[in-house]
Amino acid sequence: MEIPKTLRYSREHEWVAVEDGIATIGITDYAQEQLGDVVYVELPEVGAQVIKDEPFGVVESVKAVSDVFAPLSGTVTEVNGPLADSPEIVNDDPYGDAWMIRVELSDPGELDDLMSAAEYEKFVEEEQDDV
Amino acid sequence: MAKRTPLYDTHRSLGARLVEFGGWEMPVQYRGILAEHHSVRTQAGLFDLSHMGEIEISGPRALEVCQELLVTDVARVQLSQAQYSVLCNEQGGCIDDVVVYRTAEECYLLCVNAANIDKDWQWIDEHNRQRATIRNLSDEYALVALQGPRAAEIVQPLVTCELSRLRRYWSTAGEVAGHRALIARTGYTGEDGFELFVAASEAKAVWQACEEAGRQCGLVPVGLGARDTLRLEAGLLLYGNDLDAETSPLEAGLRRLVQFGKDHFLGREALLQQQALGLKKQLIGLRMETGGIPRHGYRLWQGEETAGVVTSGTQSPTLEVGIALGYVPPALATPSTELTVEIRTRRVPARVVALPFYRREKE
Repeated sequence: MEIPKTLRYSREHEWVAVEDGIATIGITDYAQEQLGDVVYVELPEVGAQVIKDEPFGVVESVKAVSDVFAPLSGTVTEVNGPLADSPEIVNDDPYGDAWMIRVELSDPGELDDLMSAAEYEKFVEEEQDDV
Repeated sequence: MAKRTPLYDTHRSLGARLVEFGGWEMPVQYRGILAEHHSVRTQAGLFDLSHMGEIEISGPRALEVCQELLVTDVARVQLSQAQYSVLCNEQGGCIDDVVVYRTAEECYLLCVNAANIDKDWQWIDEHNRQRATIRNLSDEYALVALQGPRAAEIVQPLVTCELSRLRRYWSTAGEVAGHRALIARTGYTGEDGFELFVAASEAKAVWQACEEAGRQCGLVPVGLGARDTLRLEAGLLLYGNDLDAETSPLEAGLRRLVQFGKDHFLGREALLQQQALGLKKQLIGLRMETGGIPRHGYRLWQGEETAGVVTSGTQSPTLEVGIALGYVPPALATPSTELTVEIRTRRVPARVVALPFYRREKE
């Protein structure tokens, strides 16, 4: 399981990279592994508002439908279009080509609620122990 | 606690992801559902079906008891032949769908769904009234299935019989890798294949022999995930989703199984009445017109009217489109009828199609 040191993480297994007040958001390697083969990704449109802890998209694997939750609030500035036709990228490259949306943050203070890579690793281990 | 099959350790060592299913801890996938699915369609897959139940009905009155319990004409099942059938309650609802194997002149082995073993046993026991000898052999049997276009090629060197002479839905008593087995040319994937009933204690050895024999032919272990997408593409029903005690075999598209002409069977009067009065609902196959994946429980619409419900749905790995089974009033069940599926907040267009969604090419 890959957990890049440079990213921040949510308890719903999204990752966040922030540059110049714009957050790039995707789901983690752990999340894609749990989902299995991803066959469909539904994302919001540019201009849509996303709200922290509320669903902004849907990822469907062969077996399951899962919401993707916004780790931060803001306005969607960019959407990863190719995911609609090639949802399997989520399995192949969750931290790279499978980024989902870019969001202009409305409250940068929310970043403090996210976990570091080390904290997320511990969080996932605990979650696995619960299973 | 969930039960484990004799192959539990094998699944663990193969890196399977395990889930609870019908009271059993079963592998849902090994490498991934899509890869496993494609392997079965193009090469071969190995399945542990040891959670399935086996109930044996034997003795001079065995046929009579089977005829009363099952909607099919069991008298037509010849020695070594198998038959897909349904156990109905008096209201014509389905208690279970089963495969009946006639293993000896007066001996019928019913392969039943894992979650239904206790219920089926009680039902059979209740309607047997000591006329036949009934035995629940579910814990004694393990069941290994090998399915796919290369199944015969893989199984042939392991068995004592000539598989080219074993026709679809026939079985034979023999040996697999030196272990006694009932070798049946049956399965639930839409592919050619074999189901090997062996003693639970022999399951590991048989599984291992199959794995080794199939290695050169692209055989892979397959979990419940791909088993579900395979059976759905083949238009086969899943008990608990597409079939239940509130649904009759007539509604479920299994009219061909129901033999009103034979003597009395449980559910006969209710089914006759249902047939005379007309069905309230009917099973359909549904294919999405655009994107979108139909799922169990999603509502169906025709225009602004609710039309029914999806009972099984998935993105078909072979056809690469959303497919589903569901129930609608018979007036909406004609192929090419346009419906919509309520997927979250949207209504996505779909069309009623004839089943199965996928049919293998015959050699």
